[in-house]
Amino acid sequence: METLLKDIGATINQETQTLQVNELENEAIYIFREVAAQFERPVLLFSGGKDSITLVRLAQKAFWPAKIPFPLLHIDTGHNFPETIEFRDRLVDELGLELIVRHVQDSINQGKVVEETGKYASRNILQTTTLLDAIEEFKFDACIGGARRDEEKARAKERIFSVRDDFGQWDEKNQRPELFDMLNGTIELGQNVRVFPISNWTELDVWSYILKEQIEIPSIYFAHKRHTFLRDGLIWSAQDEVVFRAKEEAVKERTVRFRTVGDMSCTAAVESDADTIEKVVAEIRISKISERGARIDDKRSEAAMEKRKQQGYF
Amino acid sequence: MEVLKIATAGSVDDGKSTLIGRLLYDTNSLTDDKIEAIKNSSQKRGYDYLDFSLATDGLVAEREQGITIDVAHIYFSTSNKSYIIADTPGHVEYTRNMVTGASTSQVAIILIDARKGVIEQTYRHFFINNLLRIKDVIVAINKMDLVGYDQSVFEDIKQNFEKLNKNSTYSEQNVSYIPVSALKGDNIVEKSNEMAWYQGETILQHLENLHTEDVSEERQSRFSVQTVIRPKTDEFHDFRGFAGKINGGSFRVGDEITVLPSMTTSMIKSIYFYDKMFQEAKAGSSVTILLEDEINIARGDMLVKSDELPKVEKDLTATVCWMDSKHLKSGAKYWVQHNTNKVLSKITAIDNVIATDFSGSKEANNKLALNEIGEVKLKLAKPIFHDTYVSNKSNGAFILIDEHTNATAGVGFIN
Repeated sequence: METLLKDIGATINQETQTLQVNELENEAIYIFREVAAQFERPVLLFSGGKDSITLVRLAQKAFWPAKIPFPLLHIDTGHNFPETIEFRDRLVDELGLELIVRHVQDSINQGKVVEETGKYASRNILQTTTLLDAIEEFKFDACIGGARRDEEKARAKERIFSVRDDFGQWDEKNQRPELFDMLNGTIELGQNVRVFPISNWTELDVWSYILKEQIEIPSIYFAHKRHTFLRDGLIWSAQDEVVFRAKEEAVKERTVRFRTVGDMSCTAAVESDADTIEKVVAEIRISKISERGARIDDKRSEAAMEKRKQQGYF
Repeated sequence: MEVLKIATAGSVDDGKSTLIGRLLYDTNSLTDDKIEAIKNSSQKRGYDYLDFSLATDGLVAEREQGITIDVAHIYFSTSNKSYIIADTPGHVEYTRNMVTGASTSQVAIILIDARKGVIEQTYRHFFINNLLRIKDVIVAINKMDLVGYDQSVFEDIKQNFEKLNKNSTYSEQNVSYIPVSALKGDNIVEKSNEMAWYQGETILQHLENLHTEDVSEERQSRFSVQTVIRPKTDEFHDFRGFAGKINGGSFRVGDEITVLPSMTTSMIKSIYFYDKMFQEAKAGSSVTILLEDEINIARGDMLVKSDELPKVEKDLTATVCWMDSKHLKSGAKYWVQHNTNKVLSKITAIDNVIATDFSGSKEANNKLALNEIGEVKLKLAKPIFHDTYVSNKSNGAFILIDEHTNATAGVGFIN
């Protein structure tokens, strides 16, 4: 966490050279500033994953020396990795940010959604309801997220400013064209815009940026020993009770890390010895498996993501 | 890392998806699980080959119909550069998607089927790349394997395209011709063993050798203010920074600048990127600029160098590509969004509709339909500070927003 603070309070050293342009970083900063200027109540959707942590750094850069002019919103499924929650609270605390947390458990208790059961039970889909309720509660008109177009084929079609109707729905066949860098954020009352500042980044771009900026991220991204079991060729965490495990699925200690941080119940680990950012970057450079290859939520059908997005999922 | 943005347009038939798939495959950008998914989908559809379009066509409707409807973005990288491909459909009813894809690109790849030669679609792709002034155009003559890698076929097509190129209004455009077979991998990433007569670059070599300065043309320095940063903390009590992105040229500390529309002048006191100060920042930089004098500046205002002022006008003539199913009509009102400025406008005339095959223009009958391109006159409620599209792309283009639906209804290139 020192790194985050160090940059914010740094003494300004006069540099004589020309600023070198990192195009993706500059684009993201430009998008953040458009959000602050075009919307009344933006919010940054924060999952505790590396993409949303990168967003926080980019937002700091966009508005420095002013504070980030909007709160963070975390939809807590109750199935988060404990490391992520601990990290989230520390980050918010040290940067003096406003954090709003809304719980999927509350939506379940209120009878708005029904918990899934069975071997593949997950709260991944349920969180959409909690998110849409939070958007309505706070009247957010712009929700900034860390989704990237290279992650998944339906996301490849996503706009940078993506309009959602009153029901949070994505009309993928009727999207606003986005020309040059002009972002049209004009909306009706009740609508909101999902904003994706790192749309054009790849997984490797994010990791390279984390390395260059020395951004701290949760420990589960790095190789560690964990009790795990195998299912469908994927490695699952066995040390948390939210992940369903059948009796015949044997537990074994493996050295693993996580490439994406979704819910424990739908995020599989990969075997890895990469225990530093440098090693993680090197590993991704030669990896033959895509990042979402370990996300069971995408494997439900070929159009799983497109369907969830139509309903208001991120 | 340097980023190069490429536009491709075309239908499945000319092998565009195969070409993109080949670029990804030969640069090791496709992961095993993605290849596996393509294999499975290809088999499910009864194909005996890998259909790479299944990787790029992301929507259910696209996969069902086997067509590209929307712009898809595809990413790959080499140790040298990151590439972003904006992949768009090539048919006339998708002109707006082609224009959209081209607007964010610096390079275009136009595919020609070696068996068919220059066809109507080729005209349209080239016209759009001309209109949007894409500096570097690669004409990839594909399916050379199906014409026996015959040099004369390549030369014939090249000559026909050169004839088309004579219609071009953009003399600085660099056009190169590369004979390829996307299916076999000839001259995409690897040099072909079958075409010893071709000594030039492969497609990837050509892309690797291009640099941002080869493909950017904005010379005048423009800084459109996005937002004003006023932290009001003890440490930065008097900090008043103007946040924006430099569109073209560069700014240096000490530059004498003029603020539009007030026409007030001042000097640049400092340039910040995050918490670091720099002497100079160039086009593409999202910086925060502080001035020597206290001037009232808000979003939509523009900082320019005092010796290169843009035009400040309320009356515009522009080439407009219409993108809405509701026709553009004379007398209609639309919002004009130009950089960070948003001004109400009225369409005063629609002079003509321009054919996208270089065959000229015809009477517009006071309307432009979806996917049509025409010359339009507008009157603005307040002046904007602009250049012509030809002299400065980012300060010479605007979008039209429908007052009632808020849709992005069209794009204009200022003449």
